[in-house]
Amino acid sequence: MKEQAKQRSGWSVALLVIVVASLVPVLWIVMLSLKTPATVTDGSFIPQHWTLSNYKDIFNAGVFTDALRNSIGIALISTALAVLLASAAAYAIARLDFPGKRIILAVSLAVAMFPQVSLVGPLYNLWRQIGLYDTWPGLIIPYMTFALPLSIYTLSAFFREIPWELEQAAQVDGATPGQAFRKVIAPLATPGIATTFIIVFIICWNDFIFAISLTSTSNAQTVPAAIALFPGVSQFTVPIGDIAAAAVVVTVPVMLLVILFQRRIVAGLTAGAVKG
Amino acid sequence: MSGVATADQPAAAPPAGRHHLTGRARSERRLAGMLVGPAAIVMVAVVAYPIIDAVILSLQRSDLRFPNATKFIGLANYGHVLSAPVWWQDVLHTTIITVISVGIQLVLGMLLALAMHRAIFARGAVRAIALIPYGIVAVVAAYSWQYAWSLNSGWIPKLLGLTTDPLSHQFTTYVAIIITEIWKNTPFMALLLLAGLALVPDELHEAAKVDGATIWQRFWRITIPLMKPAILVALLFRTLDAFRIFDTIYIFNQGAQGTESISMLNYSTLLNRLNLGLGSAVSVLLFLLVALIALVFIKGFGAGAAPGGEAR
Repeated sequence: MKEQAKQRSGWSVALLVIVVASLVPVLWIVMLSLKTPATVTDGSFIPQHWTLSNYKDIFNAGVFTDALRNSIGIALISTALAVLLASAAAYAIARLDFPGKRIILAVSLAVAMFPQVSLVGPLYNLWRQIGLYDTWPGLIIPYMTFALPLSIYTLSAFFREIPWELEQAAQVDGATPGQAFRKVIAPLATPGIATTFIIVFIICWNDFIFAISLTSTSNAQTVPAAIALFPGVSQFTVPIGDIAAAAVVVTVPVMLLVILFQRRIVAGLTAGAVKG
Repeated sequence: MSGVATADQPAAAPPAGRHHLTGRARSERRLAGMLVGPAAIVMVAVVAYPIIDAVILSLQRSDLRFPNATKFIGLANYGHVLSAPVWWQDVLHTTIITVISVGIQLVLGMLLALAMHRAIFARGAVRAIALIPYGIVAVVAAYSWQYAWSLNSGWIPKLLGLTTDPLSHQFTTYVAIIITEIWKNTPFMALLLLAGLALVPDELHEAAKVDGATIWQRFWRITIPLMKPAILVALLFRTLDAFRIFDTIYIFNQGAQGTESISMLNYSTLLNRLNLGLGSAVSVLLFLLVALIALVFIKGFGAGAAPGGEAR
């Protein structure tokens, strides 16, 4: 009885530490975004004067709303393409017997470990030559590619959990392997696909290095790149309040996704990492 | 193809079952090829072409400011990079940040994984909150910590009573950058370790408890050895990722105060100085370093077993 109480209080302390450590930097950027320009550099954690003017500023300036549109569109398209291609590949890896299975997993692993900055130079050069520099496809192609390895690992881990017998039963009833995939496995696979979609979306949404290297205008610039290049009122002032407000706006949707789907994200990332 | 099949038909008639099987196996392979093909082609095309291009560029004098002066110069770019003190300094900066941040992430990640695993109450809540740093945009995390440390705006100098800007000193800038990396990446480390923790059977702990083992002994003698594969995989992934550090340093100071990483050097050579030849040489060297680290982990410690396909 006594030990249980001790355990509970020990756990409460651990919980408190985790909550504070995780949330303080997030709260800090929220607080910064709510400070007035005059007090933004006062160093107090909680604003002396509260204001929403930073949010009004960024939504009135075209730079941020354009970037937000680009971010949403590019991340969604890249994620959809990556999950589509990876679903097909993961199905084959989990269910079919074919030579080269190890090769595709090795290639995925190599791509996952690849230093992305090493591609920046050649892609910058090539994109400028073929007209993909500063366009949506110019970002979608690298995002999709670098999202593929994790998608393949996570999805094939999920697909292996799906009961084999149902697929065989469908084939005994005369379905082709293709039909068995569409009619039987696909519906069972939906939760795993949804989880992978969320994880991949977060990765694409977060990218900075390709965004800063392969775009230059509001044509295709995503929010992380736009924030880093926000112009100040004059060249000597850093627009801290605007940056903080923009940071909060891009953080909120992802935080909601993480909180709502934490169980699935944990399952997806851990399944892909170890069971692979 | 069909001609061969019909010609085979009479001869293969008696063992019809076997023929049917190989036909099935063949169609299975064809389906597998169709399903895996697109993903494989995309990965190879988008990564392999630029690598080859980078290698070719790295052997040329190629400067976008002087496009007419482009010519093949062999390994001169590599000689230039490897004899430049800035390259070795940046290797050192990157190594310092990687070793310290990944080391601390391992310890904190293990504690966080144990906390998530053994949660007595509020398990869902603690997982959701602990995952928040993972979900945050890296640029946002870097800004939050940079503004927190800056004497101009931050709460940390105020809290510590500092009178000079911590971000104008090399040591405190490193502290700030490493804390940012740890904060952002510990949740992912914890998730990778949590997967390994789930594979440790409770019965072993119960049995050891009956035999009088302390909690400390059980952790070192049961949990750690059984988690070794998961720990190695987590270390491999986090080390490679940390070694590529770019976002945090770009936002903090673009490599000022002696914090320039290899990725930062690579980026500025390519896109600020527009020197594609020299920049590509840095790219290739970084790629080789990352491959070397991966090789050491996989061959030296056997970390490859788990993320590879053979675990199945």
